[in-house]
Amino acid sequence: MITLSQRLSENAKSSRIVAAGDYLIDVIKQGEVIRILDLEGNQAADTLFYSADDPSERYSAMDTIRQQGNVYLSTGTILRSNEDRPMLEIVADTCGRHDTLGGACATESNTVRYDLNKRCMHACRDSWMLAVAENEHFGLTKRDITHNINFFMNVPVTESGGLTFEDGISGAGKYVELEALMDVIVLISNCPQLNNPCNGYNPTPIEIIIWDC
Amino acid sequence: MTVETTPPAQQQYLQTAEPLYDYLIPGGSHWSFRLRRGLALRLTDSEGGANLGALFYNPLDLLERYNAPDTLKCQHTFKLTTGHCLYSDMGRIFCSIVSDSLGWHETVCGNLNQTQVKQKFGEKTYQQARNEWHLGGYESFLVEVAKYGLGKKDLAANVNFFSKVTADSRGQMHYADGHSTPGSQLLLRFEMDTLVILQTCPHPLNPASTYPRRPVHCEIFAANPVADDDVCMNSRTENRRGFENNRLYHLGMDLVGVNPPQSASKEKARVEKP
Repeated sequence: MITLSQRLSENAKSSRIVAAGDYLIDVIKQGEVIRILDLEGNQAADTLFYSADDPSERYSAMDTIRQQGNVYLSTGTILRSNEDRPMLEIVADTCGRHDTLGGACATESNTVRYDLNKRCMHACRDSWMLAVAENEHFGLTKRDITHNINFFMNVPVTESGGLTFEDGISGAGKYVELEALMDVIVLISNCPQLNNPCNGYNPTPIEIIIWDC
Repeated sequence: MTVETTPPAQQQYLQTAEPLYDYLIPGGSHWSFRLRRGLALRLTDSEGGANLGALFYNPLDLLERYNAPDTLKCQHTFKLTTGHCLYSDMGRIFCSIVSDSLGWHETVCGNLNQTQVKQKFGEKTYQQARNEWHLGGYESFLVEVAKYGLGKKDLAANVNFFSKVTADSRGQMHYADGHSTPGSQLLLRFEMDTLVILQTCPHPLNPASTYPRRPVHCEIFAANPVADDDVCMNSRTENRRGFENNRLYHLGMDLVGVNPPQSASKEKARVEKP
């Protein structure tokens, strides 16, 4: 559901550009709001959340879609943890729906999906591997890299059981906003995928804006 | 234990009609075991209405595990049935569904924890009910993976064999009640050594008011080698590349004089890295 936000960027606590192929890792406190902004359109932001107090509690795609009875995420969706507790709520969304079934791209799955010779192309999971290696203080490892949200990505499921990656429904300036319901670690890979329409074959920067109320 | 009849569609995949091992997992229970490459696991819903939660790990590298999103997107599918392969996060195939009488098994709904089971079906502790207690799929998985040094962080989205959940054009999910009839059956052929984690706890969307307790019959066979016209390897070009990744993983294991036989070499590797 399309829902506009009243928050003004000049009142934000922080604002950062994340280039395609880069990652962002940060803590969002309970009550704070994070906006992920698709600056140039048709860009996928592969996102994971962890409880800052105990990162073994983390975003769970299964608990989230099962408890809301719908496979797509949009305004009103409560992101749930593997303990089935509410972690964040989507409070604004100008894109309409987001995917959480498609997972992240990895060099290994790229060999299967596209070509064995695409093994060495950059992928979201490599960004996350670098993120956990460069940020040891969060205590995250490969075990923590689980099933993520693909903000702005369009992965329609059909009634007969098909699933495809389609051209994005996002556009320049579209955004999604989430309010943290507990202190969370956010880990985003701005997707570098060049082999499917999720980025319009042209990965572009996103902006991350955080408000403290 | 009754030996299930092998339907003609399965005969080409099995070396013998008799299983090497079989076991009926009671409803509301859990079990785990290691299957070698080249074995096949036949799963039968003996009474109908079963749900079999399953997770898969590489026993030699427990960080490699079943990845539902990769499995779905690599094969452009939301359901699992004949022709589909179950992928690890490393682009390899744990096992292939070479035969399936049902047409739909789901892998996005997860499982119920003890609190949810209590809310849905009421509490039944071990003290009250002995082994007829109300176990949750989540704790069942935790118990089994802990036997291999794994924990909460290692639980991924599981397969729910014998359960069907559809999504309509708006994304609304619908549980297909009564989907699995008595005798429903699928055959998994293992393409690499795999740690298999199973639980027969209720599907999280099962609308039953009393705790559904349905057994699943597991039979292990020796599988025939993958033929050139194999149903899974040829169902999509992606799967041919998945099989090629498995070939790379096993490269050199059959070279005489270079490596000891497969099982001995793997046991050795396991002992050296406690």
